[in-house]
Amino acid sequence: MPSNDERWLDAEAGPVVRPYALTQGRTRHTGESFDLVATVMATRARTDPGSLAPEHIGVLQLARIPTTVADIASDVDLPLGVVRIILADLRELGLVVISTPVVMAERVDKHTLREVLNGLRGL
Amino acid sequence: MDYGVSDSAGGHPKSSAQYRAIKILLAGGFGVGKTTLVGAVSEIRPLRTEEPLTEGSLRTDSTSGVEGKTTTTVAMDFGRISLRSDLVLYLFGTPGQQRFWFMWDELAIGALGAVVLADTRRLADSFPAIDYFERRQIPFIVALNCFDGATRHDTQDVRMALDLEPDLPIILCDARSKESAKEVLITLVEHVLVTASEEPLSGIA
Repeated sequence: MPSNDERWLDAEAGPVVRPYALTQGRTRHTGESFDLVATVMATRARTDPGSLAPEHIGVLQLARIPTTVADIASDVDLPLGVVRIILADLRELGLVVISTPVVMAERVDKHTLREVLNGLRGL
Repeated sequence: MDYGVSDSAGGHPKSSAQYRAIKILLAGGFGVGKTTLVGAVSEIRPLRTEEPLTEGSLRTDSTSGVEGKTTTTVAMDFGRISLRSDLVLYLFGTPGQQRFWFMWDELAIGALGAVVLADTRRLADSFPAIDYFERRQIPFIVALNCFDGATRHDTQDVRMALDLEPDLPIILCDARSKESAKEVLITLVEHVLVTASEEPLSGIA
């Protein structure tokens, strides 16, 4: 099994396949839309790895600890649109949960704002 | 093999509910120092997007020979600052040119606020960003990147030139300096706190 940080398509190899070939030509993902900083986390559901494409397995492995859509897209070095489709596929299979970030709630939580402020001052 | 999640280790939060990601936008004209500022204060990460070509970009980008091309790859960066193990700040530099506006809506949804980075030699470049955030009622501040050799402007002159509200913070910064970049972000969050005290905030109008 390749390690978590290994990229499926590295820069030197060049694009082995056109990006949207990985999604069987689909350019729109299924289900509810999600933000760039929505949190992605793998569920405990088991799956037959043979049924998943390597890119899907790579994304799933990155989501073993809570991470964001943007971080995953950067780690796998695939266009954001492709990563969204892969994530939506995994969600449909019940393998990941994608949550709306806390700050997208209707009202900004002042406690969180103060925490951000303190965090920035401490950098 | 089990691809499900194993027990968390290394201080990572155990559930996504505990993980809070906060998004701040950094807007401004081309070459104004957005990437420099993000790099001064955070770990820069590359992001590739493949976007549909709009009429605007078709006019700007030559597509001769590839007339069938309907998407274009846009490379952008974002910065990530871990404030705590469960609280992470994301800085997205928004491409300044109007032809990238289709990306702004996606970036702006749920953003805590925005920094408009301006160069006093090319103040007009920041008009589109200011218009955008004003129209969508996204709290923002203006940071003037003081380039070497650029004449230092009085912030009051800039306020007049940009037609900004009297209570909108305008600060001078050096996008290369970590301390200065921190100060820019602190000023924005303080402004968001003040705005939040005055009226209920919604992410996007």
